[in-house]
Amino acid sequence: MANELTEFVLVSVALLGIGIYGLSVKRNAIRMLFAIEIVINAANLNMVAFGRFLPHSGGQTLALFSIAIAAAEVAVGLSLIIVAYRMYHNIDIADFRSLKG
Amino acid sequence: MADAAFLALSVITIGSAIAALELRSLVYGSIALMGTLGGIAGFFLLLDSPFVAMFQLAVYVGSIAVLILFTVMLVKRELIFKKIEDKRRKFVGIALMLVMMVALGAVILDSGIKQITTDEPAVDFREIGEDFLTYYWPALILMGLILSGAVTGALVLARRVDEENGQRVN
Repeated sequence: MANELTEFVLVSVALLGIGIYGLSVKRNAIRMLFAIEIVINAANLNMVAFGRFLPHSGGQTLALFSIAIAAAEVAVGLSLIIVAYRMYHNIDIADFRSLKG
Repeated sequence: MADAAFLALSVITIGSAIAALELRSLVYGSIALMGTLGGIAGFFLLLDSPFVAMFQLAVYVGSIAVLILFTVMLVKRELIFKKIEDKRRKFVGIALMLVMMVALGAVILDSGIKQITTDEPAVDFREIGEDFLTYYWPALILMGLILSGAVTGALVLARRVDEENGQRVN
C-alpha cells in the first residue's frame, strides 16, 4: 500500500469536524442534512480503511450496510423537510416550533 | 508517504465538503456535496475496494444527490439563496471544529496505528458476497425490510392533503 492508515483516518477526522461544524452552526434544514451525510461518509471511510489494513472483509460489509441505511434515512429526512416546508413555508429549523409548546 | 492521487482526492473531498456547507446557493451546495461523495468513492478505490466504490457511486452520487437536488428545487427561490445562521454561533462552531480536529488528530497520531501496515492482498468481493449470504443473512433481510418501510413511509409523508374535502391526493 502506498498510503498509510493514518492518512485515511486523518481525512476522516477532518470530514467529521466539518460535519459537526455544519450541524452546530447552520439552521437551514437541508444544509443540516448535508452535514449529516458528510459525517456518515467519514464513518464509512474509516470502516473501509481499517478493513483494508487488518485485512478483514467485515469493514466493507459493514460499509455497504451503512450506505444502504443512509439512503433510507435521507429519503425519510427529505420527506420530513417537505412536510415541514408545507406547514411553515420555511426551512429554518428555528421556525419549526410546534413541539416546543 | 501519501501519493499524488491521495493528495488530490483529499483536497477535492475536504474542499467540496466546506463548499457544500458554505456556498450561498443550495443548488451549488448540493452539487458540491456530489463532489464530496465522489471523492469518498475515489478513496474507496485507493483502498482496493472497487465494489464499495461502485455502490457508493450508484447510491450516493446517483440517487441521493439527485433526490436532494429535486427537493431543493421544490423550495422557494428566496429560501435557496438566503443564508440562515448566527454570526456568534459561527465562531463558536469553527472553534468547536478546530478543537475536535486537533484533539482527535493528536490522539490518532499518538496512538499505535502508525505501525499498522499491510502487504497482504486486498479482500476479494467474492468474500463480501459470501459474508452477506452466510453470516449476515438476517441483517440483509432486515435491511431490505427497513429500506422498503422507509421508502413507503417517505411516500406517505410527502403526499399532499386536499384542502377542500380533507382527502389525501397524490
